[in-house]
Amino acid sequence: MTPLLEIENLRVSFPTTQGRIEVVKGVSFTLGRERLGIVGESGSGKSMTGRAILRLIRSPGEVTAERMMFDGTDLLSRSERAMRPLRGARMSMIMQDPKFSLNPVMTVGAQIAEAVRAHESVPRRALANRVREMLEAVRINDPDRVARMYPHEVSGGMGQRVMIAMMLIPRPDLLIADEPTSALDVSVQAQVLDLIDELIVNNGMGLLLISHDLNLVARYCDRILVMNSGEVVESCDAADLHAATHPYTRGLLAAIPRIDETRDVLPVLDRSAWSGT
Amino acid sequence: MSARDWLLDESPNSRMQANAGRFYRMGLALLRNPLAVLGALIILLLIATAVFAPWIAPESPVGQMLDRRLLPPSSANWMGTDELGRDIFSRVVYGARITLMIVALVAIIAAPLGLIIGAVAGYFGGWVDKLLMGFTDIFLSMPKLILALAFVAALGPGIENAIIAIAITAWPAYARIARAETITFRSSEFISAVKLVGASDARIIGLHVVPLCMSSMIVRVTLDMAGIILTAAGLGFLGLGAQPPLPEWGAMISRGRVFILDQWWVATMPGFAIILVSLGFCFLGDGLRDVLDPKQAGKS
Amino acid sequence: MTAISLKSLTISYGGIPAVHDVSLEIGDGESFALVGESGSGKSTVLRAIAGLAPEWTGEISVLGAPRGHGPDRAFARTCQMVFQDPYGSLHPRKTVDSVLSEPLIVHGLSERSGRVSEALDMVGLGQEFRFRFPHQLSGGQRQRVAIARALMLKPRIMLLDEPTSALDVSVQAEILNLLKRLRRDQGLTYLMVTHNLPVVAFMCDRMAVMNAGRVVETAPSSALRTGDFSDPYAQHLYAASGGDEIASKDGQ
Repeated sequence: MTPLLEIENLRVSFPTTQGRIEVVKGVSFTLGRERLGIVGESGSGKSMTGRAILRLIRSPGEVTAERMMFDGTDLLSRSERAMRPLRGARMSMIMQDPKFSLNPVMTVGAQIAEAVRAHESVPRRALANRVREMLEAVRINDPDRVARMYPHEVSGGMGQRVMIAMMLIPRPDLLIADEPTSALDVSVQAQVLDLIDELIVNNGMGLLLISHDLNLVARYCDRILVMNSGEVVESCDAADLHAATHPYTRGLLAAIPRIDETRDVLPVLDRSAWSGT
Repeated sequence: MSARDWLLDESPNSRMQANAGRFYRMGLALLRNPLAVLGALIILLLIATAVFAPWIAPESPVGQMLDRRLLPPSSANWMGTDELGRDIFSRVVYGARITLMIVALVAIIAAPLGLIIGAVAGYFGGWVDKLLMGFTDIFLSMPKLILALAFVAALGPGIENAIIAIAITAWPAYARIARAETITFRSSEFISAVKLVGASDARIIGLHVVPLCMSSMIVRVTLDMAGIILTAAGLGFLGLGAQPPLPEWGAMISRGRVFILDQWWVATMPGFAIILVSLGFCFLGDGLRDVLDPKQAGKS
Repeated sequence: MTAISLKSLTISYGGIPAVHDVSLEIGDGESFALVGESGSGKSTVLRAIAGLAPEWTGEISVLGAPRGHGPDRAFARTCQMVFQDPYGSLHPRKTVDSVLSEPLIVHGLSERSGRVSEALDMVGLGQEFRFRFPHQLSGGQRQRVAIARALMLKPRIMLLDEPTSALDVSVQAEILNLLKRLRRDQGLTYLMVTHNLPVVAFMCDRMAVMNAGRVVETAPSSALRTGDFSDPYAQHLYAASGGDEIASKDGQ
């Protein structure tokens, strides 16, 4: 079976006054119908990788790759016009903060319906039913009432569930979730991630979960890529994360305080250990 | 170490060097914008003309020679002569002084007044804000030129009164901007932090709030300069600004209006000067906005 | 001696109460955490103590002295605050030097230059950072400057409002170590607001769990190692923060 997504030597660069700076420096990976996590700190290029796959990086940013295939089609050679039917319908993205991703002057129901209508024509009644089913699937108790609400009337957790409904209703094959829960409280985080997880597994989709939180990614993914300053420094199965070998990964793991913490001092990353400077 | 390295040093050794470096970087950014450079050159030209008027102008701006009235532009009189035989070029050159004075005085009076009123209103909020902004809105609701006319009519015609009248009509816009700007960071953490240190409200407004309003204020004032020049010219045109024989550009157009069909140069030459200087301020203002206020760049 | 004492404190915003009837005693030299999720009112308590949320009833005393409602100069020398957002807590047009000098100027203290460079040393920033602007600093460096600013007046109590939640984990570790070292070296009392229980486990002696504007449970932070919470909300928060894994490990 061919993988869902194949990326080879992906590079993203932006111009600055000191010349072009690469923020993603040759990232390669393949993704099947599985859950892959990309972990890194701010500036590691993890979000840029996600955006580059959807071709969401605007000029003057520049994306190059030797290969960027999605389910047998070449993403690189597609025009902006040809990307549109793919985006949303076959690969979609959940962003960090629902507050900025939802249109404030459209009801929740209308926005979810819009996500379907952008890609297929569905009769009005069937559409309403599908919106209701989707809202139920993301565990919103009173879907008809919530569908009539505006984004400012829903809580953060519910807003993120609405986003998930919006992204999953066109039944995409690949979901890219960029820090889907970092704007949410811890008790809601687990609910939202469990939900994403369930929908992914049930529908046989591929998930690319981008996050700064190692533990969270280890919990919800099958495989993990650790990124640092634009490069993948470690790639391992989620279960083997504790046995990671790269000093950066090890340092990152050690620097996280634990809930049953007994250490007096947290080990600090020694950045000179691997970057060679 | 060259001066350039000193200015661009990433870890300066004194506050003075840090600030000089910041201005140098802004200057470099401004130089990358050709229109802003053009605007700055026009303003520099205006200033140079005003300063060196006696050396640039071939004749006195008020010297009448009735035997050469209304001559068209020639090698002797580059912009022709007016109805009293005065050299229009000399009058335009001396007019730069008046224009520069109007612009500078209006900026010196209106901008700080608006800045302080706006910053105080925005910082305190509540009834202080309501009171000050209500007052501002009254001024803002009246058409600028009409208000200026009313003031000049009350104070009497003359260049000084025109300047005061324009300043009185100009400050409310600045107060609005300063207030809006202040509100965006009134409850920000760096203001809270100075409050916690125990700094007085006057100190917070003067040293922490006002400097942050400065850049949008400078941009706005520069962009408004064109309007101020036009208002001053308008007052001059209506005979309420500079009085004869002062070579104020608006008043010159007003006088030339009578001959506009047959002797076009009398009104047109000072008109060109007004357009050129207004454009210069607009270009410079746009460039300054890109440098000082990056979040506004590209808008409007 | 108590460093901070709150008695039936009720805090409102625009007439609407956000915190109800909170009573706490924080000992001198203690590191105390207020834990809760967004909207629990934990930051509001901190802001009321600092004088930034003046609409309150009840009693706040700091080092035995009752506190008024607004900011106050004498109070500034005993109690200072570090804010959450390292990008919002420094004035964008002021150099590190001028940020750190400001408290000294306001309180008319002399030898400013020496004190500023001493403060930079204390928070582990080199002298080369002294005349930089905030945009020339990383998030962690900014937070160090904010901590140095809070220390300029040599306060005995520090209010910490989620001091590391906006930082990367590796930087968080550096800042937490710094805060811990400063507390030990200078005998400071910390009142820290956070939603991150592992940070509490590392930094604090005791904690109060807040939910919907009320303190639902006060516990020693050793409870985080055992999961020994009696309130259902506190148990839920503990489980969601990774406590469930410890519980399952114990069960094996």
